[in-house]
Amino acid sequence: MFGKLSLSAIPYDQSITIGAVGGAVLLGLVILGLLTYYRKWTYLYKEWLTSLDHKKIGIMYIILALVMLLRGFSDAILMRAQQAVAAGGSFGYLHPEHFNQIFSAHGSIMIIFAAMPFLVGLMNIVVPQQIGARDVAFPFMNSLSLWLTTAGALLVMVSLGVGEFSQAGWSGYSPLTQIEYSPGTGVDYWIWSFQIAGIGSTLTGINFLVTIIKMRAPGMKAMRMPLFVWTTFLTMVLVVWAFPVLTAALAMLTLDRYLGMHFFSNTFGGNMMMYANLFWTWGHPEVYILILPAFGIFSEVVATFSKKRLFSYTSMVWATAVITVLSFSVWMHHFFTMGASPNVNLFFGIATMLIAVPTGVKTFNWLFTMYRGRISFTTPMYWTLGFIVSFAIGGSAGVLLSIPPADYVLHNSLFLIAHFHNVIIPGALFGFFAGYSYWFPKAVGFRLKENWGKRAFWCWLIGFYLAFIPLYVLGFMGMPRRLAHYANLTWHPYLLVAALGVAVILLGIVFQGIQLLVSIKERRTLGDPTGDPWDGRTLEWMTSSPPAVYNFPKIPVVNEIDAFVDMKEKGVAYQRPDQYNDIEMPKNAPHGLIIGALAFVFGFAIVWYIWWLAILAALGMLFTVIARSVDDDIHYVIPAAEVERIENERYRQLATVAKRHPAYEQTTPEPVLEM
Amino acid sequence: MKRKKYVVLVGLASLGAVTFLGGCSTILLFDPKGPIGEAERFVIIAAIVLMLIVVIPVFIMAFWFPRKYSASNTESIYMPKWSQSTKIEFFMWAVPIAIVTVLAILAWTSTHSLDPYKPIYSADKPINIEAVSLDWKWLFIYPDQNIATVNQITFPVNVPVSFKLTSDTVMTSFFIPQLGSQIYAMAGMQTRLHLLADKPGIYAGHNQQFSGRGYADMHFKANVVSREEFESWVQKIRQSPEKLDLDRYEKLANPSVGHLVTYFSSVKPDLFEYILRKSDPTWGKNHDHMSSGSISTHPRTDIAEAN
Repeated sequence: MFGKLSLSAIPYDQSITIGAVGGAVLLGLVILGLLTYYRKWTYLYKEWLTSLDHKKIGIMYIILALVMLLRGFSDAILMRAQQAVAAGGSFGYLHPEHFNQIFSAHGSIMIIFAAMPFLVGLMNIVVPQQIGARDVAFPFMNSLSLWLTTAGALLVMVSLGVGEFSQAGWSGYSPLTQIEYSPGTGVDYWIWSFQIAGIGSTLTGINFLVTIIKMRAPGMKAMRMPLFVWTTFLTMVLVVWAFPVLTAALAMLTLDRYLGMHFFSNTFGGNMMMYANLFWTWGHPEVYILILPAFGIFSEVVATFSKKRLFSYTSMVWATAVITVLSFSVWMHHFFTMGASPNVNLFFGIATMLIAVPTGVKTFNWLFTMYRGRISFTTPMYWTLGFIVSFAIGGSAGVLLSIPPADYVLHNSLFLIAHFHNVIIPGALFGFFAGYSYWFPKAVGFRLKENWGKRAFWCWLIGFYLAFIPLYVLGFMGMPRRLAHYANLTWHPYLLVAALGVAVILLGIVFQGIQLLVSIKERRTLGDPTGDPWDGRTLEWMTSSPPAVYNFPKIPVVNEIDAFVDMKEKGVAYQRPDQYNDIEMPKNAPHGLIIGALAFVFGFAIVWYIWWLAILAALGMLFTVIARSVDDDIHYVIPAAEVERIENERYRQLATVAKRHPAYEQTTPEPVLEM
Repeated sequence: MKRKKYVVLVGLASLGAVTFLGGCSTILLFDPKGPIGEAERFVIIAAIVLMLIVVIPVFIMAFWFPRKYSASNTESIYMPKWSQSTKIEFFMWAVPIAIVTVLAILAWTSTHSLDPYKPIYSADKPINIEAVSLDWKWLFIYPDQNIATVNQITFPVNVPVSFKLTSDTVMTSFFIPQLGSQIYAMAGMQTRLHLLADKPGIYAGHNQQFSGRGYADMHFKANVVSREEFESWVQKIRQSPEKLDLDRYEKLANPSVGHLVTYFSSVKPDLFEYILRKSDPTWGKNHDHMSSGSISTHPRTDIAEAN
């Protein structure tokens, strides 16, 4: 009836796990209680959970990302604490089986459930507005992607309290993930959470490709697209090329585990190296999927806060395109030590080095954008500067690893860990934080408090160096990654410093929490009545903050790279259209939410071999898809009069701002003041 | 005042560098004990120096530009539309391309000369060791001496050591940091590694590829001794009461954590091939086949066998 599931699946005996589960459940109950007490269920369901509005979906993605970031960071604290104490004869406070789950969960969560939703969330909020569109190409599919990703994340969270998570690392190398070496449910949780979220990501990829190709405002030629749109576009090319490979690799691994097949097993012709090849064919582009959008964000931020056009836009676009293509020709550098011939290793090594060229070019582009600019040091700019300096180090470490003989001694060491955290934290995460504070007013209507943002930045930056510079040294000292305990006491002081670094980062996260609370409290003084708090350069700053559901009452026409700067200079940025038209928008739909919920049930059932439930859930998903497909009544119309009412309200707000703060007069030209 | 701050910073940095280099005996990769490790240290240092050519200007510009073009500094030039400069763009592309070209040449020569499969030329006949990774210990077979050990190897100084590696469990990686180059060990596949130690000593070795529960304890010692000491060590092992026949091997292969150093005075003939054939029954019989391990591991085995 319940497959492999029994009460013994709940780890009563593990105090840390039970504490974490108890905390999570309690927090969940508090939230549910508050929702019930304030009677917000209908509001939540109607306005958010079933919404197809790209801006709301984006916000929900970011909430998911932040929650999972906290979870992944808790894992990081546990790991650093373990390695800080498990020296010499000590085994620390974590049993290896527990420690192995923690680092596997840390990697899986940070990449798939923190970084991916964060970047997809930012894209959702920003990209349609930057291209002058009213929504994405497939609003329902967008909602479906969100709920599939959430289902995957939920599956990982449930593995904490019911059963176990994988102990085979986030990359799940076979044969360790074969049933004979990992008989528990952990690997199955890992497979199905990746699989479900991965399908969501593939759908997102298709959605944004079509959106950017088909829905740009008139006049927005390819070489006029904002850099964030370009990087999103190229990222989504990577997503639709790479994610199906992961899906296929995991499907084969699933067949090995569930049906006793031998794709990657030790015996009967199985080949573990094939898994490594397939995994990294997805895995390497995946790191560019994380970092390219961040590159786009830095490009937007640095131009806006230098009050200057991005230096050499064309170079920037081509450099990104070169990275996109090359990222598919480097995967084998993840296993130079497999014993391939020197020429095979060299092909992938030199291809990897080549990526340093466009990346270096981009760095110089950002630097020369500041050159002869007027730089204001806001929080997003802090993150950007922190990124440029740190990324130079992380990137160089990567080039070093691309030389096969250097990799022969540094592979799988803590040097490697330091390297990829050095590119993913300052590279991707700082970029997302920059985007978070940069577009926060656009998404919710008020700015984030600068002082707490800068405090958080300094903690993150200093904490990052404290945590990872020792890891570089430890790599040179010959310390491998993923050690639950170690006898070599010369490593110990460095690991203590690294643990201190994590504590400083924790302080940074606390400050970010305070920043959010203080900003909500002071939302009136931090309000953004103009929709353009930073004197922005691209179309998303043309809308109100937060934008009306339709974003643009009339689709703008683009004549320049920095379209909004161009409009402001010509004095047409806030021009009233002659007349408003009816606007057709997608209706809310619960189907995405339902499919996500069923996907979660399906995942849980198949992890525990509860076949009847898995079949029911799968049929349920199929019926929901059919129900949605046959529903023709999926749009509603906002009448022109209603659009006019909303827009009049916006112009009245702009006018009062212009009267109160003469500084805004420049950004709110005559048409507004005339009324 | 400001200058003072910089002096302090530079002082601290050089202090750090001195401690780092002075503490070389614990920084294993910078304290190699053989030609492979030494060559790899050179590659690492050369690459770091080359990359500093780009990194240092980036650092300077990343501090200097924001300072100079800060909004509060209204005296500096402001050109909001300036975004093209052929001269700058030329250097922006040319400098990284030049450095990557040099790095690629460095990679090309060093990857060929440091190929783990390439025998180390020496007047002495190499010591052959067959390494098998088990859960969670290393079995080392000396086919020429017909002895075997667990979690310990001994070999003479200045004599090349020729490793053949495989695994009777999940994938692992054999690594002695101070001697250089690691290589994976995989079931049903044979990989090769050639090392040489030019100073006697006891060097730590371990599995560098995560392999499950007992991974953290999967290490061994490599004793590098004189030729005479090696011969007497072999004699000592030959006195050991334990013999490695198939039964004993299967017992040894059972998962265990922190296995003690064990000596076997004799080994079942061709045990290493037997282990390879457990996973790939066709192993060694027909090298052109395209079944398992066809990704360049088998053709590479042929080359190695020919040596």
